[in-house]
Amino acid sequence: MRALTIRLPQVPDFAPLDAYDHDLLREIYRRMVLIRQFELKVNELFLQGVMPGTIHLSLGQEASAVGACLALEAGDVITLTHRGHGQALAKGVSADSLMAELFGKVTGCCRGKGGSLHVGDMSVGALPAIAIVGASSPIAAGMAFAFKRGETGQVALNFFGEGTANKGDWHEALNLAAIWKLPVIFLCENNLYGVSTHVTEVMAIDYVAERASAYGMPGSTIYGNDPIAVHEAVKSAADQARAGGGPALIECLTYRRGGHKRDDPGAYRPQEEVQAWLRTDPIPAYRERLLADSRFSLSAIEAIDAAVASTIDASVEFALASAAPTTESAWEHVYAD
Amino acid sequence: MPTDRKQSVQSTSRQLTVVQALREAVREEMRRDEQVFVLGEDIRIGGSFLFTLGLLDEFGSERVLNTPISEAGFVGLAIGAAIQGMRPIIDFQYGDFIFTAFDQIMQQCAKLQYMSGGQVSIPLVFQLPTGASGRGAQHANSVETVFCGIPGLKIATPATPYDAKGLFKSAVRDNNPVMFCVHKHLYGSKGRQLAESSISRGHVPDEEYLIPLGRGDIKKRGQDITLVANGLMLHRSLNVAEALENEGVSVEVVDPRCLAPFDTDLVINSVVKTSRLLIVEEGSERGGWGAQLAADIAGQAIGFLDAPIRRVATPNVPIPFSPVLESAVIPDEARIRSVILELMDH
Ligand SMILES: Cc1ncc(C[n+]2csc(CCOP(=O)(O)OP(=O)(O)O)c2C)c(N)n1
Repeated sequence: MRALTIRLPQVPDFAPLDAYDHDLLREIYRRMVLIRQFELKVNELFLQGVMPGTIHLSLGQEASAVGACLALEAGDVITLTHRGHGQALAKGVSADSLMAELFGKVTGCCRGKGGSLHVGDMSVGALPAIAIVGASSPIAAGMAFAFKRGETGQVALNFFGEGTANKGDWHEALNLAAIWKLPVIFLCENNLYGVSTHVTEVMAIDYVAERASAYGMPGSTIYGNDPIAVHEAVKSAADQARAGGGPALIECLTYRRGGHKRDDPGAYRPQEEVQAWLRTDPIPAYRERLLADSRFSLSAIEAIDAAVASTIDASVEFALASAAPTTESAWEHVYAD
Repeated sequence: MPTDRKQSVQSTSRQLTVVQALREAVREEMRRDEQVFVLGEDIRIGGSFLFTLGLLDEFGSERVLNTPISEAGFVGLAIGAAIQGMRPIIDFQYGDFIFTAFDQIMQQCAKLQYMSGGQVSIPLVFQLPTGASGRGAQHANSVETVFCGIPGLKIATPATPYDAKGLFKSAVRDNNPVMFCVHKHLYGSKGRQLAESSISRGHVPDEEYLIPLGRGDIKKRGQDITLVANGLMLHRSLNVAEALENEGVSVEVVDPRCLAPFDTDLVINSVVKTSRLLIVEEGSERGGWGAQLAADIAGQAIGFLDAPIRRVATPNVPIPFSPVLESAVIPDEARIRSVILELMDH
């Protein structure tokens, strides 16, 4: 095992926002805040002991999920990870159905049979999450294969963490996507840790994206806490893919604000690294940029915050008021009709 | 060295949990044989169920090898090391993740000895948390069931601290791959739910002992009906049997402890006495080890039976997440009890 080498954030200069559409800028903000408030609420419900199961929060990774999903078309499809609440909300899964799913209710996006580790909604292009690390990459490539064969013009985007880039399935998927020029984007949310293990301990190169060239596809490493940078990178990769240019690997450098999962304080992380990354919280940084843009007033932004807060409260009420699945439903969906 | 010794005096006993007993076992085996080493994900901090807690301090990072998330890769690596004389122990975070390495398990590990005409052997232990624990379908597999159809693998499913330690030490010394499957609710690791029964914690002697792979154990003597169960189901069955004792139904509870080899003789001897057989397991009913056992008993001892052989298992569905649904499908004490009573009415 190599030694852990601390990785501090390198925050680039942000691009000016003038060139971007007002509604897009607004929606990026709204979805990031939606994810943040959703995750904070879920954490609170867990601590109160009212929510069953286990959770992996995506606090701090909102910019990569939202920047990526808003760069896709509505018909494009994503695969989600075990850390999938944010990816789901970013792609448009409703807070109501997501919250209900976490409570195991019949109104949940998977009728209460998926739970936190398997959230998703095909009607918005979010394949219910695959919790086995690496297993989703070939499936994303397979969906892209169908898109290509059917000439549908759709793109698949595969979310994964940097720890996943050591899985054989992942490597096999990249190779298949490259040789068949599949319209799939491999989107790495590099938050530096797979559970307790630092990326520099388990990779002998600096960045996951360096592996792209070995498979013959473009690879780039970007600052993942800037939703605009992520949006730009995914948009151009999606354009390429749609034009028949094949896959791309995009690595977004980001950080988990908390531990790996609910009961993990993350004590294995060096304080110097933690503190530096906590200061680069994507949401306040983006909010400041919006406020510097004459098209956004403080009151307009506060109105978004308030609207999101009521969406979240309503989702909890919805979930709590929803029925549990009937016992008979355990026997349904084993086989398709 | 005593084999399969039971301590009768419990008053001054050391009461351990399964994971504490396993930690002792792995530590003793690593001290005994330098070729023994452990590898797996996040085992430096104890692994998922704290099986390796504290090992790093004593044995260092070469013998407590923290791996990338590369199950197929590190299973293959362990096979190669075993062929060259090492004795690896792989700690899986959840047994559920072994399926991503299944070619290595089924085609390499289980067959190389056979295909090579005995030129190589693969002493390799897989430490596999198994069963459902409220996490949805992909973290709820009864992995032991799947291995039953793979000749070349041995399968242990210990359910008590005493059994876990004795079987684990035998597994490390065995010259075959051993799938060591412990239910997630039985480790008793800090922060994890522990299924309660009269045997979920228990006495583990100070002196060294081994339990041979393939020998079952009678967990409660009885006259009226033989109940065979393993893993978490053993604890649920025992709770039911102890309650029924007061109601005049005497259940003999048999723990096979290993699924391959399977102690069929122990079950036959019990059935000869009771004339009734119930088999309880957590895996899906179709293809379960209980189906094989039912066939074996029907084939070898049907003349002793006064009632049909019955099975209680999970129906043939993936394990649903909602707690309401999970407990609807996994056999519970009420279901076990009612089938016992039906059999007694027969
Ligand atoms: C094949 C497999 N091995 C192990 C796990 C247990 N596990 C869940 S998440 C995780 C870490 C994943 O790290 P990374 O891909 O970087 O994603 P992150 O958690 O950082 O979002 C591990 C080891 C799993 N789900 N699947």
